[in-house]
Amino acid sequence: MDLYLPIAGLSVNILVIIGLGGLVGILSGMFGVGGGFLTTPLMIFYGIPPAVAVASSAPQITGASVSGVLAHGNRGGVDYHMGAVLAAGGAIGSVIGGFLFRLLQDVGQIDTVVPVMYVVMLGGIGIVMARDAIGALCLQWRGEQPRSSAKRHHPLIAMLPFRWRFYRSGLYISPLAPLLLGFATGVMTVLMGVGGGFILVPAMIYILGMSARVVVGTSLFQILFVTAATTLVHAMTTQKVDLVLTGLLLIGSVTGAQLGTRFAMKMKPEYLRLILAFIVLVVAIRMLLGLTWRPPEIFTVQPL
Amino acid sequence: MSGMSPKGARRCAFQKRPKRAKPLLLLMLAPLLISAESPRLVPDVSQRKIEIIYSFTGAELLLFGAILYPGGRAPSDDAQIAVVVKGPSEPVLIREKRKIAGMWVNADSSDFRSVPSFYALASSKPVSSIVDTRTAVIYELGIDNLQLSPASGGDRAEDRRFEAGLIDLKRRGGYYSETDRGVEISEGVLYRARIAIPARVPVGSYTAETFLIEKGRVIAAATRKIEIHKSGMEAFVARAAERHSFVYGLTAVLLSLALGWAASAAFKRLRE
Repeated sequence: MDLYLPIAGLSVNILVIIGLGGLVGILSGMFGVGGGFLTTPLMIFYGIPPAVAVASSAPQITGASVSGVLAHGNRGGVDYHMGAVLAAGGAIGSVIGGFLFRLLQDVGQIDTVVPVMYVVMLGGIGIVMARDAIGALCLQWRGEQPRSSAKRHHPLIAMLPFRWRFYRSGLYISPLAPLLLGFATGVMTVLMGVGGGFILVPAMIYILGMSARVVVGTSLFQILFVTAATTLVHAMTTQKVDLVLTGLLLIGSVTGAQLGTRFAMKMKPEYLRLILAFIVLVVAIRMLLGLTWRPPEIFTVQPL
Repeated sequence: MSGMSPKGARRCAFQKRPKRAKPLLLLMLAPLLISAESPRLVPDVSQRKIEIIYSFTGAELLLFGAILYPGGRAPSDDAQIAVVVKGPSEPVLIREKRKIAGMWVNADSSDFRSVPSFYALASSKPVSSIVDTRTAVIYELGIDNLQLSPASGGDRAEDRRFEAGLIDLKRRGGYYSETDRGVEISEGVLYRARIAIPARVPVGSYTAETFLIEKGRVIAAATRKIEIHKSGMEAFVARAAERHSFVYGLTAVLLSLALGWAASAAFKRLRE
């Protein structure tokens, strides 16, 4: 079944796109990440122009995170106060990111910068996650209790001025820290077509020192707002959001996300983290190879 | 699903029949005219309009017509036909990747002022064997004879390198093609050629040119216009994205929120 995508300007197989959305949805439901880090590269491998892939995956992540936010919100797992600060930072970041995207496009380096960012971010996070998960599993096999490390935010955070109280997160820190974190994920969302959950969650735990109970819900809350803002930024600057493509991806991913949540309940969290680390590393390695291998196209055409 | 255009578009292909009066008049006046009067072309295309709709996977154009020889002259044996379908030209920037510090990075770039977005040539015999190089360049017969107007103005070798890269890219994308013996001539008077239009075809005003070639010279030429555009829902979405970008973006956000919420509600009901 072929369908013509009006913005991408080509025909795609409906089932492939829905299947892709479904696969990513299952992963996002299982691991609590938006899954943009998989959708965007996979769409590019399938032949969709990179700019369209990046712009159209943003609303797909919005859709996939809705059910997560609803579920976590119902059981008090969202720190709205913290989420609002993060989202504000994200909104500013996405606008700045939009300008950066244009700038890099004009210089002709967007094709290099995006994969390099993927390799650095995914590679780093993947290694940290894998080490963490393997360490936890080793402790379990030896029958030891995991040492509960005292949750403290990073010493640099304590130096920032104007402290606010974030009750649900159990924190008394400067709002500048989450604002900057939100800003960074906002820029990433525009440039890389990712929600930024895979960087936000570890940063909230290890840098801000938030209570684990509200981390996933709050991160999804911020992702929802930032991807929505990013969609608007893309629609108005690059004009590459393909509604038909987004719709197909959404159909797959919202159903997939529901299935993924159920799989996640039946699995040990350590194994889940190990699998996610593995997937993240595979994508990073594939991107790295893509940069060093001789590309199939030496020349690229850009209309003036 | 094969993506031919809707019925309406095909019907109009036959509305503009070539006028019959002229050849008849010529025929009557034939004895009075000089015998060296050159032949005329009466071309047509199967579709004047190609509409890209949701199921568009490409189309096939049929270019056909007749060669009229004045004075009831017998058709010449070495008359050859070449047809060219050309898309709207646009200026492009082409970049070349080079390995820098172990990574492939865009390094050099060059501008070309007029690059046809689509070019398909079909001829009854290989073009190089029926016309000389000069004629081929004048009529832009053959991909290598396209006038792309490089804007650099400097290094000829560099221009040629970028030109080769651009043409290779267009060729592999299916935008540029050349078919030797792609035109069939029957009885020396009727000709027909098929040209495939790929699914990723750029929209705009196309031209279908037909050339009658004899003894290495173009002795008659005729042009027909073909419009390729998006229609229906596709055109609506593309136009909305361009003209009402804020509303379009807002629609995308609302759509994603609604679908996300609907899925979560539906599964909740399933669980209960």
